[in-house]
Amino acid sequence: MTLNGALKVSLSVLALSAVGVAAQAQTPLSLWYHGAGNPVEREVLIGLIDDFNTSQSDWVIELAEFPQASYNESVVAAGLAGNLPDIVDVDGPIMPNWAWAGYLQPLDLPEGTTDGFLPGTLGYWNGELYTVGLWDAAVAVLARRSVLEEHGIRIPSLEEPWDLEEFDAALTTLQASGDFDYPFDVGMAWTGEWYPYAFGPFLQSFGGDILDASVPTAEGVLNGDAGLDFGDWWQSLFDRDMVPGVSQDAADRETGFVDGNYAMQWNGNWAVLTALEAFGDDLLILPAPDFGNGSTIGAASWQFGVSSTSEHPDGANQFIEFMLQDEYMAAFSDALGLIPATASAAAISQYYSQGGPLEVFYGLSEAQARLRAVTPGYLVAALEFEKAMSDIASGADVADTLDAATDAINDDLERNNNYQ
Amino acid sequence: MAAGPQGKQTLTGWAMASPAFLLMLLFLITPFFLAFGLSLTNQRLISPNPAEYVGARNFENLLGLSFFVLEPERDDAGEVIRDEAGAPEYPRLRTFTRNNPDYPNIDGMREWMSIGWTDDSRLVLLASDVVFMKALANTILFVIVVAPMQAGIALLLALLINQKLRGITVFRVIYFMPVVVSIVVVAFLWRFIYDGQNGLLNSMLGFLSFGAFQPVDWLGNPNTALPSIMAMSIWQGVGFHMIIWLAGLQTIPVSLYEAADIEGANRWQKFRYITWPGLRNTAVLVLVIITMQCFALFAQIDVMTRGGPVDSTQTLVFQAVQRGYERQDIAGGSAISVLLFVFVLAISLVQRWLTRDKD
Repeated sequence: MTLNGALKVSLSVLALSAVGVAAQAQTPLSLWYHGAGNPVEREVLIGLIDDFNTSQSDWVIELAEFPQASYNESVVAAGLAGNLPDIVDVDGPIMPNWAWAGYLQPLDLPEGTTDGFLPGTLGYWNGELYTVGLWDAAVAVLARRSVLEEHGIRIPSLEEPWDLEEFDAALTTLQASGDFDYPFDVGMAWTGEWYPYAFGPFLQSFGGDILDASVPTAEGVLNGDAGLDFGDWWQSLFDRDMVPGVSQDAADRETGFVDGNYAMQWNGNWAVLTALEAFGDDLLILPAPDFGNGSTIGAASWQFGVSSTSEHPDGANQFIEFMLQDEYMAAFSDALGLIPATASAAAISQYYSQGGPLEVFYGLSEAQARLRAVTPGYLVAALEFEKAMSDIASGADVADTLDAATDAINDDLERNNNYQ
Repeated sequence: MAAGPQGKQTLTGWAMASPAFLLMLLFLITPFFLAFGLSLTNQRLISPNPAEYVGARNFENLLGLSFFVLEPERDDAGEVIRDEAGAPEYPRLRTFTRNNPDYPNIDGMREWMSIGWTDDSRLVLLASDVVFMKALANTILFVIVVAPMQAGIALLLALLINQKLRGITVFRVIYFMPVVVSIVVVAFLWRFIYDGQNGLLNSMLGFLSFGAFQPVDWLGNPNTALPSIMAMSIWQGVGFHMIIWLAGLQTIPVSLYEAADIEGANRWQKFRYITWPGLRNTAVLVLVIITMQCFALFAQIDVMTRGGPVDSTQTLVFQAVQRGYERQDIAGGSAISVLLFVFVLAISLVQRWLTRDKD
């Protein structure tokens, strides 16, 4: 995706002509955003920017949008060239890497601004708040009540999720029914950060992790006994044709569950709206299975921070503070199905208010969300984990593959002085 | 320099070449020396720590190879333990290569391949960077298969469309079409063709065999992924080389063929003694171009498989980009680029030597 993606970058610098006239006396602040190509997302963001630009007379925000696939590389390249914008958005787990590299400066928000925010929306590194998000994301098992009931499968709850045995039995039952191409879909088509974000929690639930950020090392954590158990189970999903493999088509990923080809799907809250439209009350949003060490999902989504080279950090901070209003959190949530960062924003949102169809995600995020390893080394570790997951799914030896990933992660830590 | 007309001409020549030369200096020669320098450091893409000189360590990490004889497990009586099928059982290699103080020379190495050795033992080839070794092997295999096939098919097509027939231009356009379309677009389209479930190729083979053909997950199976990409690459590039061959064919004087006709030469003789010798320089050009293009294999991999499944489609350039940009290891990526340069240079020199004028 790197070079190629960079070539495909359709950098759309928006002139924001509406405010162009009024902007004469205002100092421009640049904002980079990862969501190019999504008109709904853009509409909300532009509305917010317009509101900010007209609400005060000191600053005017200039937005540049990038496709998500090449966003990280674009920011890194800009940083190397000394052209960072004033305000960047950052994927939560990548933040420590950029903070460590000196791309970000700690936020300077008034005391109490982020009180009551979901923990996954706050990007802390070395005890300082670098980034803050308007939303969090959560992952869940999507299923249909009618299908589970037809096959006599117990509907799990947050208090009593499926355990490994029960989950496996459910998959076997659904496969044996012959009604579906696959009983489950984990989304192998979504390469990239999806792998560590969505599959890392499985490993954590088995009792392992991608790396132990406190030492830091991956030895015995990723390739320990829990890691090997997880790897064997992971491989068996593919060996037994329980889930589509690495060559899954992105289109099948989008429509497979709604079309009834997959009985269940491991999917994020941002993709639930289509399933909700298709199945309505029949749709079940179920917590992750508990593989022995608790049912957990990944925390942290995209967040906003101030670049270290910004000449106007006061304006940048002012904008971020302005963003963190309940009405904008609710607007993003209504448009994209994201989980609002605060309970008060959730209350005024369409999907997460009391009795709203996605309210369950707020509970999942609050109860289960676990941050991915907070270390600059996460970036390489996540890539190695992604490769290992893909290789094991394609039949590579589990122990050797996890050993190789462990060595690569530890080599990277060593080369970087443990990111001290 | 003499101020005669000769010297003035030379000067004009240099002046005219200077824009191109400057661009090459800026974007080819300077980056090459930069890459060479960076490959001797531990330079990161982004890091607050300054780069340090590490000598040849990056190259040692890439190229480290070692052999190890793996003895089968034996019981107390010294008999080889066998499983139900009678195959000897071996200890896990990782018990030797990981944190084992008795074998410091193979610490951290991984199995690349192994063959049967004496008395049930196995000879294992260990590499310190198996992914790089697989990328190297895949790239060489790609060159060995694609270069002659693409050149051969292109020549065949060129001979076919070099006839004076009505509407031959239509065929020229059809064969040349894939070249005009961006390789990224072509790769995306072929991903649908190769789709494991309802792809065009599987549907077509199923239809032709009256349903007897079992769908193959072309890009998802380690055995078929690289051949699939080879086939697609040959198809995509063949039109370009066809045009070069065609240009070569049209430089051969018609009078030679007329003379051959009078002598009563058959089609094969005409090809063997007129066409092929006439295409000698073209052949060298086509071969060199294809070889270089094959070594630079990247876009198809990036779009279609990203090196997978299980490293079966890793290539050198893809690895260089992945390490340099995604894994932020500029030094490692540079080291691969330098090695790639050495390989291509060596092969070009060999090719030049093989195709030299033997008069």
